[in-house]
Amino acid sequence: MKTRIFSTCLAVAAATMLLFTAQTSRAAELKGQLEIFSWWAGDEGPALQALIDMYNKQHPGVTVVNATVTGGSGVNAKAVLKTRMLGGEPPDSFQVHAGQELIGTWVKADRMEDLTPLFKEQGWMKSFPDGLVKNIGTADGIWSVPVNIHRSNVLWYIPANLDKWGVKAPASWDDFFAIAPTLKEKGIVPLALAENWTANHLWESVALASLGADNWDALWSGKLAFDSPEGVKAWELFGKVLAFTNNDATSLSWQQATDMVVDGRAAFNIMGDWAAGYMSTTKKMAPGSGFGWAASPGTGGQFIFLADSFGLPKGVKNRDNALAWLVLLGSREGSDAFNPLKGSISARVDTDLTKYNDYAKSASADFGKDRIVGSLAHGVTANEGFMSDFAAVMEMYLKSRNAQATAKAAQQIAVKNGIGK
Amino acid sequence: MRLRLSFTTVALYGVLALLALGYLLPAYLTIITALKLPADISLPQSWQLPPTLNYASFTDAFTLLRPNIVNSVILTVSATLLSTVLGSLNGYVFSKWKFPGSELIFTLFLFGMFIPYQVILIPLFQTLRAMNLYGGLPGLILAHVVYGLPITTLIFRNFYAQIPDALMESASLDGAGFFRTYTRIIFPLSIPGFVVTSLWQFTQIWNEFLWGICLTRHTSYPITVGLAQLAGGQAVSWNLPMAGSILAALPVLLIYIVLGRYFIRGLLAGSVKE
Amino acid sequence: MRNQDRIKAVLTLSPSIILIGLFVYGFIGNTFWISLTDWGGVAALAVNPVKNYAGFTNYIDLFTGFLGGGFRQDLVNAVYYSVMLLAGAIGVGMFLAVMLDSKPKGEAFFRTVFLYPMSLSFIVSGTIWRWMLSPQGGVNILPEYAGLQPFTFRWLSSTGSILEFNWQNLLEIAIYLVSAVLLIIGLRLFAKTPRQSLLWLIPGIALGLFAWLGGEMLPKALFMEETHGFNKATFGIILATIWQYSGYTMALYLAGFTGISQDLRDAAMLDGATTASYYRHIALPMVKPITISAVIILSHISLKMFDLIFAMTGPDNGQTGHPALNMYLTTFRANDFARGAAIAIILFLIAGTFIIPYLVSSYRQRRGKP
Repeated sequence: MKTRIFSTCLAVAAATMLLFTAQTSRAAELKGQLEIFSWWAGDEGPALQALIDMYNKQHPGVTVVNATVTGGSGVNAKAVLKTRMLGGEPPDSFQVHAGQELIGTWVKADRMEDLTPLFKEQGWMKSFPDGLVKNIGTADGIWSVPVNIHRSNVLWYIPANLDKWGVKAPASWDDFFAIAPTLKEKGIVPLALAENWTANHLWESVALASLGADNWDALWSGKLAFDSPEGVKAWELFGKVLAFTNNDATSLSWQQATDMVVDGRAAFNIMGDWAAGYMSTTKKMAPGSGFGWAASPGTGGQFIFLADSFGLPKGVKNRDNALAWLVLLGSREGSDAFNPLKGSISARVDTDLTKYNDYAKSASADFGKDRIVGSLAHGVTANEGFMSDFAAVMEMYLKSRNAQATAKAAQQIAVKNGIGK
Repeated sequence: MRLRLSFTTVALYGVLALLALGYLLPAYLTIITALKLPADISLPQSWQLPPTLNYASFTDAFTLLRPNIVNSVILTVSATLLSTVLGSLNGYVFSKWKFPGSELIFTLFLFGMFIPYQVILIPLFQTLRAMNLYGGLPGLILAHVVYGLPITTLIFRNFYAQIPDALMESASLDGAGFFRTYTRIIFPLSIPGFVVTSLWQFTQIWNEFLWGICLTRHTSYPITVGLAQLAGGQAVSWNLPMAGSILAALPVLLIYIVLGRYFIRGLLAGSVKE
Repeated sequence: MRNQDRIKAVLTLSPSIILIGLFVYGFIGNTFWISLTDWGGVAALAVNPVKNYAGFTNYIDLFTGFLGGGFRQDLVNAVYYSVMLLAGAIGVGMFLAVMLDSKPKGEAFFRTVFLYPMSLSFIVSGTIWRWMLSPQGGVNILPEYAGLQPFTFRWLSSTGSILEFNWQNLLEIAIYLVSAVLLIIGLRLFAKTPRQSLLWLIPGIALGLFAWLGGEMLPKALFMEETHGFNKATFGIILATIWQYSGYTMALYLAGFTGISQDLRDAAMLDGATTASYYRHIALPMVKPITISAVIILSHISLKMFDLIFAMTGPDNGQTGHPALNMYLTTFRANDFARGAAIAIILFLIAGTFIIPYLVSSYRQRRGKP
């Protein structure tokens, strides 16, 4: 048995080395197809298209098939991808949230190729921040190339409205609780909330504020139990925050919650920084003067990140083409072509900031100096089994508002899904 | 007497008009949203007429959806045709050529109607791939034909049950066999049945989404998938999907308006007396 | 000759039999087998995933496990939802048909207006209805245009529920239901054949008494109390579905009414029947078979109802959940393929029960005809 493993490793290593040397020397003569699978459409379509255009220019012999699947909060894309992988038809490269969403589902099932050689060859070990590489890899390898970074813990508001109401963006939840009742009296919703996944999104900002970054990390490494006193406290704080949200949340999309802030029906909204893209592109508002932002209360100096990344499944039809795609994604040019359009920031440390808007510049600066932690709601810290069960636990909390019982349930699903193992 | 009659007439028209208004509200909402600029779309203003008309939504949506529309037409027409013809033949056998066990087989057919599509997604994918049918329209057509069979068979069986057996017997006395009886006697009488089943199948297949997205590659995506792509993404400009959904609904809507009368006639011929 | 034709008949049927056999029963068998395994967890998506036989664990977990609460709520939702949809679409459709049956001017126009929603895909109607029912816009703000107060009902986000019951008492409730069904059948037979009716009445009474007296002793389904009910948030979804399908039932009934000969109608009217009593005593009883086919069509639609709920309230909305949606998420998001398969089988079995009225009626018909 041992010898077999050893010989396979040897064979794989040899094959990869061969392929990589071959790949660099033959880069110009790639032919055939490249099928890339993603859930980017609509407003995010142009960003992906920019990358595809660059790829076409570099490798005119390759026809790029853009297999985008959207809708259903990303579940449709998962259904199609999983059906194809189980059916033995993997796309050449697919989009996946970096972190446990990739590792827990695909790496543990041994469906991905280790990209460490590619990272070494391209000198990416130094191009990407250490914390990020740690998050997209395991002890056995690095499994995907990150294309962008989004921040989850951002508080959005309209500066003109806040002046009118005589309040300031709260730096902590206590600040928020001080101003929220006044806002409520004026008939303004203090914090706009939308459908269920945004409740998970809000929870991670609140929980990080309550737990602190060290305990947050301890939660996901299995060192801190969800039903510990600290964990229960996070749910209690979350309950207090929920009291100041709109009661029709579950029937709104996240954009409609953002609209509430834009229209002055609500004061604040906690949402990922794709909201900046929505407000500047669709709503034509200027970052800074038209809309303002701050780290969500109590999380100043901390950066909850999520990243989209692309991996290389085992046994794909056009491996060379896929490798060339990954090289483009990780490159500075590719990253700086994609991210300004997507409304995200580059994962690379040497990004060309002149191409980005004011929000992205400030986010980039924060990413460089803040404490980086992973997002739960967007697949970094926990595997898909936990995320799916957590949605049910959240549902239970929204119905019962019982912090103790919810924390217990969260611990149960953590054990069931092997968090920290 | 006259007064009372006119009162009921007024009441009747009043109720009908009110209901019609209610039924049309969603259509109104779709159309005005499609004509708005993305920045003008927000919930409190959803009923107001667009401040500036934005016809570009329709041309943009059409450019994006054109390949999907072509796919959907091919898919829907061929799958509808195949499943209705097969259903008609099955109905003919189940109603006029009963054999021991045919009732049981018919009942087993019926259960096929109740399979939720997502339940059999994985085996369906694997089977189609093994048959080399994954990725294109033929596989999708096959799937829709198979899962359309129960309902088309049911409708045709009930439809043929009313054709008097005497007609069959006289045909058999004339020496007409199985297929000749079908083509000479049964088929010419089946037009209303075909209208009903085709309309049903056309609607179902045209509007089906999950298989469309899972069983085909992007070049073969049907219209519903194209539409979902328009409405996908993190920030949606709602005018586009709304315009797209009007485009997507048009062909089916047209068929309903044109065939509406025949539809009722077909239903009348098909399922009333059983 | 005749025999040859019979062979031809069977041969004509055989492609369909093979296709249905493989695509329906083969797949159900496969799904059932998967539901008895433990396929799931971290390596669920390996090239050759490990599937160990696990018996009925998945089913037991779903019905009695701690984390199955969401599924149980979905199941209750689905039952209420199906019943309400059937009642609503058939009632509204019948009402529309009666009105259009009097052939008012513009009948063709009204018919098309009531029928058109059926032509829309669920993705389209789901999105539109989500807007229609949003609390701060849509129908709720319509009264403002007439200078009235806006409605405040939170269509899709209400958390209130009615008709609640405790899941623990499931067995007791089931026995009551069976006893009620037996009693109803018995009482209906009583007038005709009192002797036979006793065969239904006596077990009915016995079961009812047993549940009433011994209900406390029955095993509990759960280790703790868990109430489920009809969530008010489901109203919005039911409304949208009725909007979409009442036109179809209307068309069915309209066809039925048109099929009743004018002579019969004239004769009834001459006998001094009012319009109301004509429909009550003559027209509606005559279109009973239509009701049965409407029930079949609507029930299979309601149990497949997935796209619409998905488009209207999205995943993870416990108030409006449905087992079909739960199955999709369990399988494709949580990678719990075995449990997803178990939900699928349960869904299929429930769907099967809706076909029973049809089977009973066609069985009766065959017995009626010698």
